[in-house]
This record gives sequence, C-alpha cells and structure tokens, in this order.
Amino acid sequence: MSAEATKNITFPKELLDEVARLTAQYPEGKQKSALLRILHMAQAHFGWLDAPVMDYVARLLHLQPIEVYEVATFYSMYDTKKPGLVKLEVCQTGPCSIEGADKIIRYIEKKLNIKVGETTSDGIFTLKGVECLGACGYAPMLQCGHQYHEHLTEAKVDELIEQYHKNPKANYMEY
Amino acid sequence: MRKLLLDKVDVEGIKSYDVYRREGGYRSVEKALKMSPDEILEEVKTSGLRGRGGAGFPTGLKWSFLAKPEGVPRYLLCNADESEPGTFKDRYLMEKIPHLLIEGMIASSFALGANSSYIYIRGEYMFVMKIVENAIAEAYANGWLGKNIQGSGYDLDLTITCGAGAYICGEETALIESLEGNRGNPRIKPPFPAVEGLWQRPSVVNNVETIAAVVPIINDGGEEYAKIGVGRSTGTKLISASGNIVNPGVYEIDMNMTVEEFIYSDKFLGGIKNGKKLKACVPGGSSVPILPHYLVTKTAKGEDRLMSYEGLADGGFATGSMLGSGGFIVYDEDQCIVRNTYNFTRFYQHESCGQCSPCREGTGWMKKVLHNIETGKGTMDDIDLLWDIQKNIEGNTICPLGDAAAWPVAAAIRHFREEFEWHVTNPELSQTQNYGLVAEKTFEVEPA
Ligand SMILES: Cc1cc2nc3c(=O)[nH]c(=O)nc-3n(C[C@H](O)[C@H](O)[C@H](O)COP(=O)(O)O)c2cc1C
Ligand code: SF4
Ligand code: FES
Repeated sequence: MSAEATKNITFPKELLDEVARLTAQYPEGKQKSALLRILHMAQAHFGWLDAPVMDYVARLLHLQPIEVYEVATFYSMYDTKKPGLVKLEVCQTGPCSIEGADKIIRYIEKKLNIKVGETTSDGIFTLKGVECLGACGYAPMLQCGHQYHEHLTEAKVDELIEQYHKNPKANYMEY
Repeated sequence: MRKLLLDKVDVEGIKSYDVYRREGGYRSVEKALKMSPDEILEEVKTSGLRGRGGAGFPTGLKWSFLAKPEGVPRYLLCNADESEPGTFKDRYLMEKIPHLLIEGMIASSFALGANSSYIYIRGEYMFVMKIVENAIAEAYANGWLGKNIQGSGYDLDLTITCGAGAYICGEETALIESLEGNRGNPRIKPPFPAVEGLWQRPSVVNNVETIAAVVPIINDGGEEYAKIGVGRSTGTKLISASGNIVNPGVYEIDMNMTVEEFIYSDKFLGGIKNGKKLKACVPGGSSVPILPHYLVTKTAKGEDRLMSYEGLADGGFATGSMLGSGGFIVYDEDQCIVRNTYNFTRFYQHESCGQCSPCREGTGWMKKVLHNIETGKGTMDDIDLLWDIQKNIEGNTICPLGDAAAWPVAAAIRHFREEFEWHVTNPELSQTQNYGLVAEKTFEVEPA
C-alpha cells in the first residue's frame, strides 16, 4: 500500500466522534464490540472495504488487521470486492420467490444487461440476489442502500433504476 | 380479542416518547421499580409466557436459570436479528412502536438485575435501528434510562448494535459472538449463556416479542395474561403472514383461533389470492415442516387445528409442524414444492457457518441433488439419497441450524414424495407445468 493511499483513508471529525461514542458503549477492554457497526460506517464512507480501509479500522480499534479481515469476510453485507455505486439487492428467498421475485430478477437482468452478481459496464449498478430481508409480506422486494423497496412491479423497477441512475447516492444514510 | 402489543400502533405519533407516554407507556416500569425482582419473576412464570424467537422455551424458567455471582455484571440481550425466512414481526413492532421494546427491556433488565443491556438487530434493518436508537435517546432524556431511573436508585444503560448479514447470528451463542465483534460461529453448549454468555458473563437472550410481552404481564399481572390463549399457549402471538394470500402482513392473534379462521377470514388472511386453492403451508418460518393442504386446517384426527404451539405441533413431525417464529407462509396450487425445497436448502447452505461437516457438506449436497431434481435431471435414487442426507444432519451438529436445514427437506419428501417422483419421471413437462395438489393420505392415528 502506498503512503499516498494511507493518507487519504481517515474518517472526518464527525465520524471519529461517532467511533468514540460507539466504543464508549462497551466496558473497558471490550471495544471490539463496536467493530461491526464501524465497518458499516467505513463501507458507507469509503465505498467498500479494501485492505487499506480494513487496516485503518483495525488501527482505530487497536486490533490486529487479521481480526478485522476475518469479520469482514464472514458477513454478507460487507463488500470486500468493489461493487457498483448502486447495489440492487433483490430478495430471492421462498416467500418472495413465490410472489414474483424470480420474474423481477430476470427483468432487472434484461434491463441492465447483466446477470446476478455482476456490475454494469459503466460501474453504476450491481445486481445481487440476497436472502430474506424480513419483508416477506410485502414481496417482491429489494434493498438499495438503506432503503427497502417493497411490492415491486416492473414499472416500479423502471422508476427506481431511473432515479438511482440520476442520483446513485439517493437513500444512503451514514451509519 | 384485546391486543396487548399492537393495540396502539395506529395512534398517530406513537413512535414518539410524548405520545407513547400519554397513551400509558412506561407504566410497567413504574410498577416494576416498586416490586422486587423476584416478584416480577413470579409474574412472568405465572403468565406462562414462552419465548417468541422460535423454540418456545418458558421465559420465567429461562430467567430463573440466570447465574448471579456476587460482583459480576449480568446482561439482558435482545435478539432482534429476525432472519428466519417468513418472519417480519419484530421489525413491525420496532418500527411502529419502538418504545414498547424499550419499556420491556427496562422492566426485564430490572427483574434480572442487569445494569447494561443490549439489543442486537440485523444489519439490513438499519432504518429500524435508527428508529429504536432515537427512542432510546428519548428514554434517556426522560429519565427512564441512565443513572437512578425515576429516583429508584436503579441504573441501566441500553445500547443497540447491529449485525451485518448472517442468519446464523440469530442463534443465541452466535449472537453473543457477533456482539463481541467476532464472526458469528455458534458456541458449543454447555456452558449455557445463563452461566457464560456475553464476555463470559451470565446473560439472558430473549426475542423482541418476548420482551415486549413483559409489559402487559407486569401491567395486568401474570394471571390475567394467562387467561388469554389456550392451554400452555398463553397470551397473544404475533404472526407474520406471507405467500399467496389476500392480506399478507403482521397479525396479533389469540392462539385459541383455528387455522381455518386465520387463513380464510377477511379479518385475517382473507383466503388464497386469485381464487386459487391452498396447496401447502409452512406455519412457523422456513425451518419448520411444511404441511400439505389436507393437514393445514385439520389435524390427522380430523379435528380443527389451532394456531397454538400445541395445535400446530399436533401429530408430531409425522402429520404436524411447529409454531416456530410465527412466520406463516402460504402456498397456492401453482407453487412447486421441489423448487421451494431447493430454495430453502440453498438458503441454509448459504447461511451455514461451516463449523460442522454434516451441516456444511450436507446442505451443499442436498442443494445439488434438489437442483438436479428440480431441473429434470434427477433420479428416483436421488429422492432416497436426500432422505439419507437430511437424516445424517439432524441432531449431529453444534447448533440447531443443521436441524433447521434438515426438517424442511424431510417434510417435503414425507408429504410430497409423489411430486418429487413426477419431476423425475417427467423431466420435460415438469419444466413448464406444475404438479398441483397432492392426493390426500390417511394416517394411522394412535389412540389417545
Ligand atoms: C439458526 C438459528 C437462527 C435463529 N434466529 C433467531 C432470530 O432471528 N430471532 C430470535 O429471536 N431467535 C432466533 N433463534 C433462537 C435463539 O437461539 C434463541 O432461542 C431465542 O432468541 C431466545 O429467545 P426467546 O426465548 O425469547 O424465544 C434462532 C435459532 C437458530 C438455531
Ligand atoms: S450446525 Fe451449521 S450453522 Fe450451526 S454451528 Fe454447525 S455448521 Fe455452523
Ligand atoms: S423472503 Fe423476501 S423478505 Fe422474506
């Protein structure tokens, strides 16, 4: 990693304050408990979790880098490979599947000309199939950023894609 | 029926502290702080409340197991991981009426003698976490959290923290690992969390709905609570209903209701969508056995099936299922059971933490075999092979995820074997058509 890259990887003051607030919620010596949430913050802020970002989080929490890597690779919400700017995460589990999720996935694949797991050539959209998001009664659904989009139809998908195309960071919330 | 948890969800502004308090919120904390912890425990025992996270373990009994060594902190951990496919009730409760959970956490923490408590919410529910976090801040600002709560001398800090996408973190020991900032690998039990939980200290893990139910139990008394429901299924239960029904959503029901009424009444699910017929039902989240149409509303004895722990389990795994997490998934005649079984198995394979080989290898193998059958490439032997694999997983793993992966496969073969066979014998037709309803079977019912 170049010295240049290390220099750029720092949270702004508000996020450093947030790190301090989060770690203070745990007893002395148990600050690692804040790791999952701080990784979410890092991912939202830096786009994804590459090694320099994970190393930075390790330094913030006084952990060995390996302790951060093993956590980041265990949980499916963390991107340790660079995704598109907008992740469309369509729930593919049973209850959504029987209410039309499969058709919605095929529709998005056709519309964006990518397969599940791929990113569009302009680097904007990544399509992912994910597991039950606790919205089964409002199926089919997808998550984008922190927003749930429920009761999806093809028309609604068209609208969403247009909206996110214009403003990829719509609906992003800092952690 | 009087609702105990969701009666106020439609009151405008109920998410805010002021409205919640005006509507009678936090009364249970006022009452609890004047009781002794043991008195509260007795009320919870009397109420008959059973854990709403899936296993239905009596809450009072679980609380009584909590070790209380002198000078060692103990913790109440709220399980808001809610990842069992078909389940979305905890989200509904936290989104609509977050202070109810906080109120329950305070009263329960007091009863357990915990001075720090944690809510662990799945990472995808970030928007819900923000709602609960706001409510926690309001509770601090109004003297319900922090030091010397309402002048009682009792201190409590409440923190919400999140996961990051892993179903296994709903399992209580994996949840604890995750709360410590680790990978969510379940621990071998014993030691149980009641003795060595978070940071090796005594801990109680309870589901969101369980903790919320402590509020009416303290307000009305355990005896009043126990009058609702049927038999050992006391109180009300939140059901998340999904699938091919007219009115999907979250319902608070009296467990004395029949499944027939729940599915077909306009007040509840409103029947099967588009005038179709009921084919099958998974009544308690993806892990519980699937029931074929003729065993959904009736038991094998021909009696009305009830929406209770005992009612849904009537007949054991031969002809019954489980209330589980209350994730009630309904399938119409156009759905393919092989496909659904494949889908659930793919889910468990994806979510296996990989620590035990029967679970890690077995789920992957079942997924492959099911995929072959589903796509018309299976053989009759594959069906028996599936049966063997699931049998070898069940009971041979560190945590119950192995069982949860095995049961849906076993039940699908038990009740829908002819549909699996049809896929094998009709490899082409099964790609474009559905099998429809399976024929009704009769069962030998053991005399009572
Ligand atoms: C794989 C697996 C996933 C689970 N997921 C959840 C969950 O999302 N929410 C929950 O409350 N309990 C879940 N449980 C059950 C918990 O281990 C634990 O029994 C429960 O939180 C106890 O709370 P209760 O007694 O109030 O039900 C899960 C169990 C297993 C084995
Ligand atoms: S049963 Fe599966 S999920 Fe549970 S500990 Fe073993 S491998 Fe992990
Ligand atoms: S199955 Fe899609 S949200 Fe639950």
